[in-house]
Amino acid sequence: MADSNPFPLAKDALLACYRRMRTIREFEDRLHVDFSRGDIPGFVHLYAGEEATAVGIMSHLGDGDRIASTHRGHGHCIAKGVDVVAMMKEIYGRIGGCGNGKGGSMHIADLSKGMMGANGILGAGAPLICGAALAAKYRKKNEVGICFVGDGASNQGTFLESLNLAAVWNLPVVFVVENNGYAESTSRDYATAVNSYVDRASGFGLPGITVDGTDFFGVYEAAGEVIKRAREGGGPSLLECKMIRFHGHFEGDAQTYRAPGETEDNRANHDCLKIFNAHVTGAKVISAAELQAIDTEVLALIDDAVVQAKAAPLPTLADLASDVYVTY
Amino acid sequence: MARKISMKTAVNEAIDQEMTRDPSVIMMGEDIVGGAGCKGEEDAWGGVLGVTKGLYAKHGDRLLDTPLSESAYVGAAIGAAACGMRPIAELMFIDFMGVCFDQIYNQAAKFRYMFGGKAETPVVIRAMVGAGFRAAAQHSQMLTPLFTHIPGLKVVCPSTPYDTKGLLIQSIRDNDPVIFCEHKNLYALEGEVPEASYAIPLGEANVVREGKHCSIVTYGLMVHRALDAAATLAKEGIEVEIVDLRTLSPLDMDTVLDSVTKTGRLVCVDEASPRCNIGTDIAAQVCMQAFGALKAQIEQVSPPHTPVPFSPTLEDLYIPSAAQVADAVRRTLKGGKH
Repeated sequence: MADSNPFPLAKDALLACYRRMRTIREFEDRLHVDFSRGDIPGFVHLYAGEEATAVGIMSHLGDGDRIASTHRGHGHCIAKGVDVVAMMKEIYGRIGGCGNGKGGSMHIADLSKGMMGANGILGAGAPLICGAALAAKYRKKNEVGICFVGDGASNQGTFLESLNLAAVWNLPVVFVVENNGYAESTSRDYATAVNSYVDRASGFGLPGITVDGTDFFGVYEAAGEVIKRAREGGGPSLLECKMIRFHGHFEGDAQTYRAPGETEDNRANHDCLKIFNAHVTGAKVISAAELQAIDTEVLALIDDAVVQAKAAPLPTLADLASDVYVTY
Repeated sequence: MARKISMKTAVNEAIDQEMTRDPSVIMMGEDIVGGAGCKGEEDAWGGVLGVTKGLYAKHGDRLLDTPLSESAYVGAAIGAAACGMRPIAELMFIDFMGVCFDQIYNQAAKFRYMFGGKAETPVVIRAMVGAGFRAAAQHSQMLTPLFTHIPGLKVVCPSTPYDTKGLLIQSIRDNDPVIFCEHKNLYALEGEVPEASYAIPLGEANVVREGKHCSIVTYGLMVHRALDAAATLAKEGIEVEIVDLRTLSPLDMDTVLDSVTKTGRLVCVDEASPRCNIGTDIAAQVCMQAFGALKAQIEQVSPPHTPVPFSPTLEDLYIPSAAQVADAVRRTLKGGKH
């Protein structure tokens, strides 16, 4: 192994980031299989292929920093440190899930980890994260808020209003546009008039950066810059991550809108995990065997999560009407 | 003789006392301070009708003027509430809910349930409601039923300065999201209000007039129309009992049922549009829970199923009158078994 590490993270931190990305991939690919078998109720939107963005950003955050996620939220949860067993139980609709089975895949939250919720309403997290950032400002803590939206939700009024509100109130917020090229089945280019999200940010008085979201190190570096700015009182920014959605909009999506060969090309040439692995093994900082060992551990972790989820008790009639109000 | 203040002052005093008591209380809204970024007077407006005037001088940057972006700032209030603050967001007119309703009914109302009881969202959204201000179709609605319909929201609509202060203080202290509806035509109404802080529990109706012949169940401005009708009817020997609901969610059905059981007759008076309003809900629940107590048909007094008109002539015809309430009482007294 080489003595020098050319990366901005020490080896232990790199391994931890890889473990998180690998956990997301394994979690999502397992859901893909189990959903197709009919084990999982409802709508499931998978984050596989986009792992470098979530982990590259969340590596800069602590539990006191808040994130507002999207319908495609599993990756954000795992990257923010939410327990995968509690997540799996939630997706299976069981007691012991993050929301005791009352929220499901689209509403996983863990406020103790600063995860303010996946969200079934696109763009809805943007005002909420402005509020989280405002609370941090009042409490004079150097905490930041990160709002994730897709390229689709970047056209929601809530998102555009929030860009302005965060700018005029100088809030410690980073708006992350996860541009995977598709709003459900509609292409980004069809639905969004400007080509560059940096231009859109500029129209609202915010600095913006575009990065290749399949490149962990590119995301890590850009996120570090905009999060540092927010933390130091420099105000909000926009970060566009161009990324690849491996699966369909939701599970069961036949994806006939994709070009022939697109999926195969994505998996062969634009897999953020393969790209990360090539970097770290190429620089001889981490060996293939070390990565393989993590893969094996993660596989066991996800297997165990599924076993625990399937064994967890189902909610009962007594759970139906509880937790609507604090007092009523 | 206790001090008398207006309902507008009661709102101001409740916010002032809670901001003084609890540093986590903040407030945001359009022009709630007024003159932000302008070259003239600071605290120029204190809200479009001056309700929050003077609070900025005492509490400074805990009052935040906002851009005209209801979704963004109502959502920000909700997000801050989920992060430990107790924000009050002023939605100037409740009619503006259309541009920010998602944040209220899909976000604030559902966090606690979706997150398995682990979230608290102690936000108050204050808004002016009701007709009679010549403010036309988009600034005059009584949209209380829309909020009452949503599990997870509490809905308050007081009729007096005393109730306004106590219910608003309770709403700010409450750990659930509260929609606090202030009738713009009651802002000038004066009444006795203690200077000291006090809280009135949510979900407790108030019997504002006792009587044995017929129950009138109502809230907000309509309480005063019912009181006017009661004075007229008393001259005819008819004694009505008036139940002021005060909070619509939670709803104090016990007090309603006790009253109807006593009088055997019910008139529901609601300024909201007539279909699926608070009055129809009360009527349905009384039928389901106390049908045997009813001696006659239930009557309802509500506006017609139209937008609120502008022309003062039409608007006065639109808003339920004391005469219509009195007629409804007479109809139910003539109906049924004798």
